[in-house]
Amino acid sequence: MASRTIAKDIITLRGSAAIVSEFFVYCTIGAYTQKKVKKYGLPMLLTQDEGVKTFIANLTAQLSEWLEGGKLQRVVLVIMSKATNEVLERWNFSIETDSEVVEKGVSREKSDKEIMREIQAIMRQIASSITYLPCLDEPCVFDVLAYTDKDVAVPFTWIESDPKLISNPQMVKLHSFDTKIHKVDTIVSYKNDEWDEQ
Amino acid sequence: MDPRRALQERMLPRKNSKENLDRFIPNRSAMDFDFAHYMLTEGRKGKENPAASSPTKEAYQKQLREVFGMNRTRILAFKNKPPAPVELVPQDFYTSVQHSKPAKPRRYIPQTSERVLDAPDILDDYYLNLLDWGSSNVLAIALGTTVYLWDACSGSTSELVTVDDDKGPVTSVNWAPDGRHIAVGLNNSEVHLWDSTSNRQLRTLRGGHRARVGSLAWNNHILTTGSMDGQIINNDVRIRDHIVETYRGHNQEVCGLKWSSSGRQLASGGNDNLLHIWDQSMASSNSTTQWLHRLEDHRAAVKALAWCPFQSNLLASGGGGNDRCIKFWNSHTGACMNSVDTGSQVCSLLWSKNERELLSSHGFTQNQLTLWKYPSMAKMAELTGHTSRVLFMAQSPDGCTVASAAGDETLRFWNVFGTPEPAKPAPKAAPEPFANVNRIR
Repeated sequence: MASRTIAKDIITLRGSAAIVSEFFVYCTIGAYTQKKVKKYGLPMLLTQDEGVKTFIANLTAQLSEWLEGGKLQRVVLVIMSKATNEVLERWNFSIETDSEVVEKGVSREKSDKEIMREIQAIMRQIASSITYLPCLDEPCVFDVLAYTDKDVAVPFTWIESDPKLISNPQMVKLHSFDTKIHKVDTIVSYKNDEWDEQ
Repeated sequence: MDPRRALQERMLPRKNSKENLDRFIPNRSAMDFDFAHYMLTEGRKGKENPAASSPTKEAYQKQLREVFGMNRTRILAFKNKPPAPVELVPQDFYTSVQHSKPAKPRRYIPQTSERVLDAPDILDDYYLNLLDWGSSNVLAIALGTTVYLWDACSGSTSELVTVDDDKGPVTSVNWAPDGRHIAVGLNNSEVHLWDSTSNRQLRTLRGGHRARVGSLAWNNHILTTGSMDGQIINNDVRIRDHIVETYRGHNQEVCGLKWSSSGRQLASGGNDNLLHIWDQSMASSNSTTQWLHRLEDHRAAVKALAWCPFQSNLLASGGGGNDRCIKFWNSHTGACMNSVDTGSQVCSLLWSKNERELLSSHGFTQNQLTLWKYPSMAKMAELTGHTSRVLFMAQSPDGCTVASAAGDETLRFWNVFGTPEPAKPAPKAAPEPFANVNRIR
């Protein structure tokens, strides 16, 4: 697990980056896999599979690194049909980084508890989003996209990609959370169900 | 069972937190109503045919992208996915990640050519492909009606063939993968197949094209030919009726032709500014195959084509004098991932086999070879020396040296991709019994 400043309410850049990248992971991958675990004060599902654990570790490490450098603009989780590669759902997390913290290394104050509460609220929203998201009846695959600054050196496990947008999507904006260093907004887009004629 | 449903069933709303953040109502204040309105009223029109958008709509979208800072953004996809669930990631990327890779020392790129040879009477014609370096380390170059072979190991030159004036000049040369057989395309639409070891002509392919054959590409036993008549023909060189497939799509000369390393996709570029990607999976029974993608972004002839060796489905293309751009494509989806204006006609492209670099050759005004770092597209080096546009480039089998030829009648060699190893003693004929010692335990 990424180390985090526990001392009181002070949030450092590294701590914030850790919170944010873990959030992505639990929010996206975690929600779709198997084992039950308690995090953010809520029961979450997480995996025992070694392959998936490595994957998550690599992903969070890289996202943390970019977040600390202020280079990460967005993280997108794209869910596609395995058969047709069509994008069915798109979870877009936009990130605003307080550049003063990145450049000057100052720290901010916000209680851990409050941040957790904000994340909880989003987790609940995500869980409840099944009420309006279309059912995924077919086998699906996912892709994780990172929108970074152009001057970022591309690590070997990442390749250039197109945005994988949904044409004519329905979009729902969920709550955001703020560590005072990073602010994360969440939007889910999904493919318009053909039966949904308004 | 839908994992999301399972998650929700397990959630117990026990704690009444003071702030009642309602989970069902999304963040209304942040809804983009203008966008929503646009999508409701305009959205449906674009649904059927996203490709056919009006010029004003495209300009508007481009402006939107710029406003949202897309020009300073790079989009990356994480490829190191776990194997257990269904996965589409090619196995070459699923290897362990080394986070602390020591930085490689910057290598020295010589700014001048290593060697210059004379290439008298070379045709200064953009649309031809007169240079190729075979896997047996022999370079073939067509000068007028003659094809010469230059052995890179010994440095000696020999003449392969001089064709008759009424058939020539030679308009394209291309080595087969075995490095021994070579195809020679002619102005009169014929293609001759030669065995360079015995110096014998094996075969003549005729009757397919109606105009000169300016581009050639091998895919195992298939020789693909591209012509000024706009057609692309797949010829099986082993059989009598050699024409097995015809690709129709270009309406002007086909000047660029490259098979992907997997042999499943063919990229073709023409003087009609079109770039086509043809896929083996679309082969049809009546032997006229439809293209997989028709890409119209370039504004000039597309001759420079190169498939990326370290990322499958990535194709780089270069445009002629009116375009001057290098564009990067996902050949699977047809999406253009990047476009870089180089400022000069792009005649040829080569990927490095050793590093993530791309080499392009240009015309007016510098006649330079430019080495780019990929994917940042930062210029690493500019090699000058040629005094007219660098029309032809070929890469040595060891990947270190590039040969370039231009209308200035010179053939230059550049150690741009690395320093060639000094010649090793002859390799052992049989592998030693314990060559793979680390596998015994």
